Amino acid sequence: MNTVHPGLARAFAAMVRRDLRLAYYKRSDLANPLLFFVIVATLFPFGVGSDPEQLRHIAPGVIWVAALLATLLGLDGLFKPDFEDGTLEQMALSPHPLAVLVLAKILVHWMVSGIPLIVITPIIALLLNLDPALLPVMLGSLAVGTPSLSLIGAIGVALTAGMRRGGVLLTLLVLPLYVPVLIFGANLLQAAASGLPVAGQFYVLAAIGMLALALAPLAAAAALRISLE
Amino acid sequence: MRFSPDSRLECVDLACERGDNLLFEELGFVVSGGDICQVHGANGSGKTSLLRILCTLAVPERGEVRWCGEPVSRQPDRFRANLSYIGHHNGVKGELSPLENLRAAISLSPSRSDADPAAALERAGLYGYEDVPCRFLSAGQKRRVAIARLLLSSAQLWILDEPVTALDVQGVADFQALLERHAENGGMVVITSHQPLVFGRIETKMVHL
Repeated sequence: MNTVHPGLARAFAAMVRRDLRLAYYKRSDLANPLLFFVIVATLFPFGVGSDPEQLRHIAPGVIWVAALLATLLGLDGLFKPDFEDGTLEQMALSPHPLAVLVLAKILVHWMVSGIPLIVITPIIALLLNLDPALLPVMLGSLAVGTPSLSLIGAIGVALTAGMRRGGVLLTLLVLPLYVPVLIFGANLLQAAASGLPVAGQFYVLAAIGMLALALAPLAAAAALRISLE
Repeated sequence: MRFSPDSRLECVDLACERGDNLLFEELGFVVSGGDICQVHGANGSGKTSLLRILCTLAVPERGEVRWCGEPVSRQPDRFRANLSYIGHHNGVKGELSPLENLRAAISLSPSRSDADPAAALERAGLYGYEDVPCRFLSAGQKRRVAIARLLLSSAQLWILDEPVTALDVQGVADFQALLERHAENGGMVVITSHQPLVFGRIETKMVHL
């Protein structure tokens, strides 16, 4: 009888499958950030007045801020359940690099939190009177920017996974790191609204994403090992 | 399955602190193939801390753990491929069924080539519960899911922290037989337990904290 050593690709795929299945079983948890996103965006006209011109002007910023906060809200469930039921220990003790397994979890987090935000954005854009011509740029910027939000957020949740009340600390840790994404994401739409080229901002967003993709899983894995100790 | 008889787990001059408390120091012992090693000690004496150090989840204050002569901190992944661990938490997802849990486990860690999750569950006494979400299982049944994971694993070294809590009398007896069979095949077991464990054919090594 022999030993089967599952390859890294198989472990990664199994992790993705497991987390997608978990997400499906806990569908109501997924609706939470999405509802939050919709509610925050719809509350703005009540706060700033329903002047269509004004709304058109602030729509990109509102959508970006709401997306950012909604992502933050959904982050808490990224590692905490695994930490509490011991599956994180088992992941940490598998012979595979923890960073790769963490990347699988982040990927699923983006699939179930980032993609729904992007899908629902056209409706929010309509509510906020965003110029329809800007919608493709808006969706494009979210598609490039939201993976960074999941990746950067993972570092924060990994650091606070072992704490009982890590929520406030998480916000303090993660929000400052989100600011560059917010600045370039919102600026991209301002530029597009004024008819200026937006390639530069897209490249910066993509560069932030690549940097986060390369470094965030390593940082999150190291933070998780500290949390487990 | 026969394991390599040359493998050994060595602890050299281990010391562990929790907060400002020194739990143990100058702790040294060797576990070789075929050994069942039981760690004894009162509550709070550092049994769980020792086991977490042994399986690389925690770092000792001083000293080192060696696998086949090499410090495990140097190539932890190679050591982890030979290791199966059951801690206080079972590592079982409440939303997933026992079968889904085991399938996820065998794609993470090395498993026996004849590994069959359904058969392992049957052997662990969970026949008929394969597709029930684990959160509906009792504490003892969840523990049995973790034990079924051991059955699938090809690891030589089993590190088990209070594995028989919540198991019924028959469950404890079956589990002891399982440990004994593992040791007879050249496996190693490091175990903590407040219940006395009796092995007919194998003498347990004792480590006192």
